[in-house]
Amino acid sequence: MLTKRIIPCLDVRDGRTVKGVNFTNLRDMGCPVELGLMYESQGADELMFLDITASVEGRAAMLEFVERVADNLSIPFTVGGGVSSRGNVTELLNAGADKVSMNTAAVKRPELINEVSTQFGSQCCVVAIDARKKENGNDNLDNGGKIEWEVLIKGGRESVGLDALEWAEECVRRGAGEILLTSWNRDGMQTGFDIEMVKAFSERLPIPVIASGGAANPESFVEVFEKAGADAALAASIFHDKIYSIGDVKLAVKNAGISVRE
Amino acid sequence: MKTEVDLVDVAGGNLGSVRRCLDRLGVPYNLVNPQNVPDGSRPIILPGVGNFGAVMENLQKDGFDQLVKRLVAGGTPYLGICVGMQILFDWGDESNSAGLGLLPGKVVKFTRGKIPQIGWNKIQCPDSSQSKKTEWPGGYVYFVNSFVCQPENIGDILYSADYYGDFCAAVKRDNICGFQFHPEKSGPFGQSLLVRWIETVSTNCDGGENLAYATKGVENAD
Repeated sequence: MLTKRIIPCLDVRDGRTVKGVNFTNLRDMGCPVELGLMYESQGADELMFLDITASVEGRAAMLEFVERVADNLSIPFTVGGGVSSRGNVTELLNAGADKVSMNTAAVKRPELINEVSTQFGSQCCVVAIDARKKENGNDNLDNGGKIEWEVLIKGGRESVGLDALEWAEECVRRGAGEILLTSWNRDGMQTGFDIEMVKAFSERLPIPVIASGGAANPESFVEVFEKAGADAALAASIFHDKIYSIGDVKLAVKNAGISVRE
Repeated sequence: MKTEVDLVDVAGGNLGSVRRCLDRLGVPYNLVNPQNVPDGSRPIILPGVGNFGAVMENLQKDGFDQLVKRLVAGGTPYLGICVGMQILFDWGDESNSAGLGLLPGKVVKFTRGKIPQIGWNKIQCPDSSQSKKTEWPGGYVYFVNSFVCQPENIGDILYSADYYGDFCAAVKRDNICGFQFHPEKSGPFGQSLLVRWIETVSTNCDGGENLAYATKGVENAD
């Protein structure tokens, strides 16, 4: 039986790992290659590296960093953050990334998803969606009071008036292999995953959904797998702050009768 | 490990991760392609991801596919990874096109669950396998696949796993082996399977045994 994946996410800037609260107020967490290896030995099923470097020099450093990770790691890893073109994707895959995650660039030019999935295959094509509950979501009479989420781009700073679930479906049609769904309402808050949102996406989409944003403790993972049907769950702070290990999370998930890799 | 392998570098995709894995394991490799063809004296590893038809098309350049087929039919050990396993069969539904036809069977799409299957699944050597269960232990390995092999000979199945029903996770018949999963991305256990395969074929490649082995391969190819 396919197991549920636990994915630590490492935000990388200038070769260091950082993690933000609501995408700002960054704290320094240490060397990302070492952290990655530690997570692999703890039983992480995959790793996610998010490049939050803004400068051109930083981008070049990122490629060297990806190569070092690829040389050392024996589990799959995804690289995302600032991927703006097919050229970026090619560079990252050539440097050894197993998958590339696209966000703002895909929203601005959705054809990028088609190009990447056609050239490299859907298996390496992750679309990251930062979603926020629409403020009028609960009482929008036009849709019968159904809850809706909107897409945010540029690290949560800008809304483009795009319905997140509709956008996710378009990504699937264009060839995305996985959706990394981050709740902007929950990110960095450590109050649990957004069960309602993850459930809506997991049920609707025919491809795997990785839940992200809000992990507080091992029970958050049990909940997002059991109640929301997520295929994988991603977290940063609770692992980096050494509040819980990957093993703690896996044990809780296993004890709840959910299939995980031991 | 001293056995040198020929790594086919025309099928793209996971070549880099397989190379890195061989580097970590200390397995020397020689890159082969239509410009630098294999001579059959070394085991061949063919990694491949993406589309079945695209991988076949890349291989068909300059008749490279026919050369590989001839060598493998002649007894050269072969390990196909992911699509490198799928193309061993007669037919692929993904592109409605023929494979190498070294093993009888076809490659079909999963009919249930999220597609692609992405993640770690437990593989086990079934009782029906012609390979020894004790030699091929069970464990968790990493899969990324929408399509799956359906061998005609159930004895060819080396490993099976469950994704909304049993599916063929690996095949082994004489000198031919295929892993649907990615051993190079499956942690220490995945690497141990790659090492096991190399150890198995390096024994079989030794001296006088090699001739008998090659003859056996030819008979089986008919």
